[in-house]
Amino acid sequence: MSSRREILDLLRENARYTTEDIARQTDFSVEEVAAAIEDFEEAGIVRGYQAVVDWGAVETEDERVRATVELNVALDRETNYGDIADRIAKFPEVTSLRLVSGDYDFDLEVEGDSMREVSHFISDKIAPIPEITQTVTHYIMESYKEQGMEFGDRDDDDRLSVSP
Amino acid sequence: MTFEPADRVDQVPPSGIRRFFELAEEMDDIISLGVGEPDFTAPWAAREAAIASLERGRTSYTANRGKRELRERIARFEADKHELPYDPDEEILVTAGASEGLDLAFRALMNPGDAIAVVQPSYVSYVPDAIFAGAAVVDVPTRSEDEFKLTRDVLESSGAAEADALVYCYPNNPTGATMTGDELAEVAAFCREHDLVVFADEIYADLTYEHEHTSIATLPGMRERTIVFNGFSKAFAMTGFRLGYAMGPPEAIEAMNRIHQYTMLSAPTTAQYAAIEALDSCWEEVQEMTSQYDRRRKYVLSRFEDMGIDCFEAAGAFYAFPKCPWDDADEFAEALLQEEGVAVVPGSAFGEGGSGHLRVSYATGLPDLKEAMSRMESFLE
Repeated sequence: MSSRREILDLLRENARYTTEDIARQTDFSVEEVAAAIEDFEEAGIVRGYQAVVDWGAVETEDERVRATVELNVALDRETNYGDIADRIAKFPEVTSLRLVSGDYDFDLEVEGDSMREVSHFISDKIAPIPEITQTVTHYIMESYKEQGMEFGDRDDDDRLSVSP
Repeated sequence: MTFEPADRVDQVPPSGIRRFFELAEEMDDIISLGVGEPDFTAPWAAREAAIASLERGRTSYTANRGKRELRERIARFEADKHELPYDPDEEILVTAGASEGLDLAFRALMNPGDAIAVVQPSYVSYVPDAIFAGAAVVDVPTRSEDEFKLTRDVLESSGAAEADALVYCYPNNPTGATMTGDELAEVAAFCREHDLVVFADEIYADLTYEHEHTSIATLPGMRERTIVFNGFSKAFAMTGFRLGYAMGPPEAIEAMNRIHQYTMLSAPTTAQYAAIEALDSCWEEVQEMTSQYDRRRKYVLSRFEDMGIDCFEAAGAFYAFPKCPWDDADEFAEALLQEEGVAVVPGSAFGEGGSGHLRVSYATGLPDLKEAMSRMESFLE
């Protein structure tokens, strides 16, 4: 029997699958799939649907610049990680924010139209936050894989067209 | 003196697949559901192990029977996964694909004139292999109404009782049929009663979707009369590595190795390194591929149902074997290819009992599968 988890797996594989596509690949009916997706959305399990874009392949004059930023913070009795994260995450320039183990506390991803814009954002908006003690910015030069998808040349199907 | 094929080669009928392959090759942009191998590439860890072995200069022959580390891992894997405990020193032979193993077994263990009962429809090598070994073939056509399972009734009515050996493949290529332990018990009893040895091609053992695979060699009184064939091609998506193995009683493996050591020497070394890694670290990827196949299987069966195409619930391998909507499946397959650019293989290419059916492989990504099903649907309209 299929579990509802499978519906999530399929949406992760391809968010553009129709409810019918999903129903046919599982033991659920179209109605059950639709209801499950609605439940996922209402419960905040599925937060949205986005395309995985290889910006390097987009021919545009509008440069997209992305950087990952390592953030170190100092906590006190009144301020925990969640409080700091709330302040940072609200900026639209911030595309992802994670608390990580190791040499620094937060791993931040920032997107902007130019290096200048991203730099200013870090120095004007992020660095001045009182709890932040250090920022290290790494500009992303090339992306090879995002969200499980490789950006290289796709493997051609070189199998014989008909084989035993 | 000119070169003429030897009689035993001449006796082998031309491959039904070959003709269809040539038709498909002439066309551009077809979607092929006629492929008998995974669409996935081999797990990266296995590929990397192969590369690393080359970098370290591991380019010599291995022991005839295969690298001991590999045989040990095969023994552990088979004992854990399929309840098949075999001794890595005496009871396992690593071969260039399961296909080599079957050829070795027929030639090493059958005498000219011995009869091999070949369960059909089946993978295309068994009958030619039997002919090359000088053995006679008893056709054992399974039936659509039994969902292409092997039954005692089929064995009895085909005259298999007179044969010396039985060869089959379950989960089956081309039908996708599987056998449960209980169903195999009937076959096992028949083989014991009539003193048949069994060549069990279990290359699709890990691609089952409704019940766990059972090997006939696990049933009472069967281990000593069974050779089990498996390999890395299907579950691990490593067809091009050409690596399989045979497991059986020491005397049988010894006899097979006697041919293997003079013909193949040893299975490809690079592939053996890849296989060691596959067994060590790639099981999760096998499971991921299996769940993908299962989803596609459900997808295809559900589309067939809506199209009114009669298809039993194939529970293994990566094939569905629907009844052809036309009387002549060869004609249908050809027309579908030419008009819609979708390749499926007529069941008659797989021997007795396959005619009137189509082998539809779902070893193809869902977008193509969806498109192919839609084209088939419009073709039928």
